[in-house]
Amino acid sequence: MEYAVSVKNISKSFDETKAVDDISFDVKHGELFGFIGPDGAGKTTLFRMLTTLLLPGSGSAVVDGFDIVKDYKKIRSSVGYMPGRFSLYQDLSVEENLKFFARVFGTTIEKNYDLIKDIYIMLEPFNKRRAGQLSGGMKQKLALSCALIHRPDVLFLDEPTTGVDPVSRNEFWEMLGKLKNEGITILVSTPYMDEASKCDRIALMQKGKILDIGFLRDIIGKYGKKIYAVRSDNMHKLILDIRSDENTESVYSFGDFLHYTDKHGGIDIERMKNILMSEGHTNLTIQEINPGIEDCFMSLMNK
Amino acid sequence: MDDKYIITVKDLTKKFGSFIAVDKISFEVPAGEIFGFLGANGAGKTTAMRMLCGLSIPSSGTATVAGFDVYKQTEQIKKNIGYMSQKFSLYEDLTVKENIDFYGGVYGLSKEKRKEKTEFLIDLLKIEDAKNKLIKSLPLGWKQKLAFSIAIIHEPKIVFLDEPTGGVDPITRRQFWDMIYEAADRNVTVFVTTHYMDEAEYCSRISMMVDGRIAALDTPGNLKKQFGVETMHEVFVKLARPQSNE
Repeated sequence: MEYAVSVKNISKSFDETKAVDDISFDVKHGELFGFIGPDGAGKTTLFRMLTTLLLPGSGSAVVDGFDIVKDYKKIRSSVGYMPGRFSLYQDLSVEENLKFFARVFGTTIEKNYDLIKDIYIMLEPFNKRRAGQLSGGMKQKLALSCALIHRPDVLFLDEPTTGVDPVSRNEFWEMLGKLKNEGITILVSTPYMDEASKCDRIALMQKGKILDIGFLRDIIGKYGKKIYAVRSDNMHKLILDIRSDENTESVYSFGDFLHYTDKHGGIDIERMKNILMSEGHTNLTIQEINPGIEDCFMSLMNK
Repeated sequence: MDDKYIITVKDLTKKFGSFIAVDKISFEVPAGEIFGFLGANGAGKTTAMRMLCGLSIPSSGTATVAGFDVYKQTEQIKKNIGYMSQKFSLYEDLTVKENIDFYGGVYGLSKEKRKEKTEFLIDLLKIEDAKNKLIKSLPLGWKQKLAFSIAIIHEPKIVFLDEPTGGVDPITRRQFWDMIYEAADRNVTVFVTTHYMDEAEYCSRISMMVDGRIAALDTPGNLKKQFGVETMHEVFVKLARPQSNE
């Protein structure tokens, strides 16, 4: 079996909405693969099909060597799934939840303790606390521990970092890095574009489709346009002035800069500076930059 | 109260048993400001915001919002603020027009005023073709913009936005900030939380909560200078995890 996950032309519709629209991709063994896109991109529907919780409308997929329709029972024992919404037993304690999941999968906490140790150790002081009473970060760690307790070959994490602050998000990705080193194949979805750099490969998703798929550097390499970072003392006026210029293809805020592309494949920076200064801008800087993943995503959205 | 400030907070504290969720925070927000309220999960942001919205009575300290006291005038506060979060949204099984009319009614607008507002918003958001469609059939980006417009349908002096752009695509996220700027231009004060650090740069001032306290409060430019870093992300990391700094 060449791939850990192999998906061919899979689709799923709800009424008239095509939640997942003819998607194909392969994930290698031991790969950390990211699905990046906003709400409504189809990430959850895709994961629910691959974890056998939802039948595909059409197409097929093989996970860990098993067909998602015919061999659904086998998949259920060999994959781990952490859904986007906290779905452990709120009225059971931390320890009871973990024991419950271990027993359902016919194993024990002791048997796989080494795998979850780094994560679970942060929870152990709260062992007797009900899961419903934990903080957001602790719930997340418990959910991950429960998804790992049967030592799955393939782990599906649906938006594990949504609503999580940037520092805690970083810590979560460090945990995923360790799990990857254990040889677990990980499929993770996220709306945060900056998390693309933490994955081996990524698929950019929008409205049920894959906009692009591959290594981050290759996707960025395909951007194919010159892009400039522009800044002045009055950013609000700056974006309005640039937006109203006929040569502008796109202009978006990026933190304390604007990212700008023109229609003609590049600009004369000095000339643009003079024009903007004549419109009253002060402390103006314009420089060519390398595009980031968010620039690429927005460019692909507009295609 | 000083009319210049739409929010005044002095030593505001909230305890749950022995746990101090919000620990003597003090700050003021002038009218028309975009005030970014940042912090790690569990730092006390939600608790502080609930007190300012009149949903939770403080343990001690004082605060006024839009001129009303957070202990005694919670009902007036609720009527005079706008509130929107990613979770609190529109009624999926009502149409665009019905949602506008419903919320207008909740905020006590007259029938004529509701009609006028409905026309105004449909025109402003350019959703004439969608006005009789159910909310659940609309793209998420449209829903977000409509939810924001409805949150300020009663023309409050201040609107609280709790992670308004979570899960939204990068283009819609930026269009949403255009709407925030337009509201601020009309002198609506915007109190906003976000986990996107690029959005922190768009705020007039940033308050950063750590362990129930306000660890820093300044413009994004001054905070970056103070910590000697290039981005708000780095400021956040330095403040949220001071022990992990090299």
